[in-house]
Amino acid sequence: MAASKLSGVLAAAKAEDRAALIGYLPAGFPTVDGGIRAVNALIEGGCDVVEVGLPHSDPVLDGAVIQTADDIALRGGVRIKDVLRTVQEVSSAHPGAAVLVMTYWNPVDRYGVARFAADLAAAGGAGCILPDLPVEESEEWRKAAGEHGLDTVFVVAPSSKDARLAEVTAAGSGFVYAAAVMGVTGTRSAVGSLAEDLVARTRATTDLPVCVGLGVSDATQAAEVARFADGVIVGSAFVKRILEAGEDEAAALDAVRALAGELAEGVRRR
Amino acid sequence: MSEKDYLPGAQVPDARGYFGAYGGRFIPEALVAAVEQVAEEYEKAKADPAFAAELDALLKDYTGRPSPLTDVHRFSAEAGGARVLLKREDLNHTGSHKINNVLGQALLTRRMGKTRIIAETGAGQHGVATATACALFGFDCTIYMGEVDTQRQALNVARMRMLGAEVIAVKSGSRTLKDAINEAFRDWVANVDSTHYLFGTVAGPHPFPMMVRDFHRIIGVEARQQVLDRTGRLPDAVVACVGGGSNAMGIFHEFIPDAGVRLIGCEAAGEGAETPRHAATLTKGDPGVLHGSRTYVLQDEDGQTIESHSISAGLDYPGVGPEHAWLKDTGRAEYRPVTDDAAMQALRLLSRTEGIIPAIESAHALAGALELGRELGPEATILVSLSGRGDKDMHTAAEYFGLYDEPGAGSANGSADGGK
Repeated sequence: MAASKLSGVLAAAKAEDRAALIGYLPAGFPTVDGGIRAVNALIEGGCDVVEVGLPHSDPVLDGAVIQTADDIALRGGVRIKDVLRTVQEVSSAHPGAAVLVMTYWNPVDRYGVARFAADLAAAGGAGCILPDLPVEESEEWRKAAGEHGLDTVFVVAPSSKDARLAEVTAAGSGFVYAAAVMGVTGTRSAVGSLAEDLVARTRATTDLPVCVGLGVSDATQAAEVARFADGVIVGSAFVKRILEAGEDEAAALDAVRALAGELAEGVRRR
Repeated sequence: MSEKDYLPGAQVPDARGYFGAYGGRFIPEALVAAVEQVAEEYEKAKADPAFAAELDALLKDYTGRPSPLTDVHRFSAEAGGARVLLKREDLNHTGSHKINNVLGQALLTRRMGKTRIIAETGAGQHGVATATACALFGFDCTIYMGEVDTQRQALNVARMRMLGAEVIAVKSGSRTLKDAINEAFRDWVANVDSTHYLFGTVAGPHPFPMMVRDFHRIIGVEARQQVLDRTGRLPDAVVACVGGGSNAMGIFHEFIPDAGVRLIGCEAAGEGAETPRHAATLTKGDPGVLHGSRTYVLQDEDGQTIESHSISAGLDYPGVGPEHAWLKDTGRAEYRPVTDDAAMQALRLLSRTEGIIPAIESAHALAGALELGRELGPEATILVSLSGRGDKDMHTAAEYFGLYDEPGAGSANGSADGGK
């Protein structure tokens, strides 16, 4: 089977002897079209991969920043079709970047597993991250994803035991998302030492790239993580920039682009 | 005489926590180890006679079990003359059935070597029971409660704080039980090494639906024998309120093999199941995933949870335990919607005919029994789970019926048709 788009993008970063930069923003935030421009700005600033969040009414793994963004998006009436349109517009504007969807499971379940996989692939999406779908419950999704050439990125956590890591990484594709800390999304002043140990333990089980997320918010932290990981994932820090800009969309896009630029420099510092 | 084969697969859930198509374990990877630890420790505890002995002693000497069975003759007259028997979980220590599960999980927490407990609460009854057990066992205790519920159940907030618990008012989303559960999960992910999430109902990821049911099974085990001793036969129906569904699962479970006994769950219909303001999940919801398991959920076509509404904080929840979803689909249990007003009228009726003030949650079951009694007539016997007492609801009831002294208002609404 040909290498997936996501694998190709991550391999290209590796060939440059650097970590990849992966940025997250929810779709529909602050509006559907504004959200599309913001995700484009992530890529223009230097992100190699973007995760488009599907806003959810019950984001149990998200901290206050992303909860606020999801809330704004949902009150604005964002629908799954808008999320798919975001993926489609971003992928066609930036054919070199890999566009993933990050979503809680129930919206996919409700939309229809096969239908969601088909529509995401048709929109040019590269895969999915499903943070509340553990491997044991994922068979139907992985089958549908495989049929449409989509990657399934699983999350591992510092609490995952070695045997468990092997099970999870064997089921996933694209990359492995290593949670840097035990907790929900949000910016943190320091990325814990747990991350480096988790990456090492994960590498022992798989050849997939291992990317680290949760809490990374600036270039210094990105450089620190880039020393030991294949990719650095940043979400809440981008959302925060947009929230801080308020109504001023141009300022929000500038801030997102600037932060992506700083982080892109950080992941090349190793 | 009990037909254990009546419902194939009655020994549910399966190894993956499924009751038919419902249940399972939809949780973030960060919680997998902790949830597996709970499941393993629970299996070990079940096999340990010392665990059962310690729990039995607590249930007897601390909770006050067995809880009585009360014939309510004057109330029965309003229920088509059917004989109504109340299983008095309101007389347990802390005032509801919730203590049964809390003591079991508190013992488990100690076995796991954890020192801190978190819990969600709607009406505050699970929060009070949890705070009580934490005081008894010496655990740190944090209770998450929707801000709306902290206001309508202020007495229970004070009780929890008196018991030494920290009560956090959750201001996200609908600011009710659903959001309290979200916030408790967020705490658990961050503090899982030291902390047990003492889940309060028969929902959540496996093993919680099974384990919480098992700790409440005693309600039905006692009641079944009490009804047999009192009446010489099984009841025609068992009625209980269903939010998450813990008291209902507790009283239903022992009767599941008794094919002739109807099991009837009463859901909160709020302002009416045909309006947008209700919490009738099994009546109006669709299968989906919420809070760790597949079950019926009030949701829109994009899988976003719809906010529920009920005058009763304890039933104001857009999900339900997966075993209820299974009992509904198999037809073994029936679920009926009961409006706010029907529940409030039943609350006042029981108060004034029997001198028992029920919780608004339990009043939904009483309203269901009134309706069912009128359908079945005087030959029928109906067992009702009186899951909690109504002290916590006096503010809501006083406002509803106009029981407070107000200049020029009097208490006309309160006495207009009371005292039947």
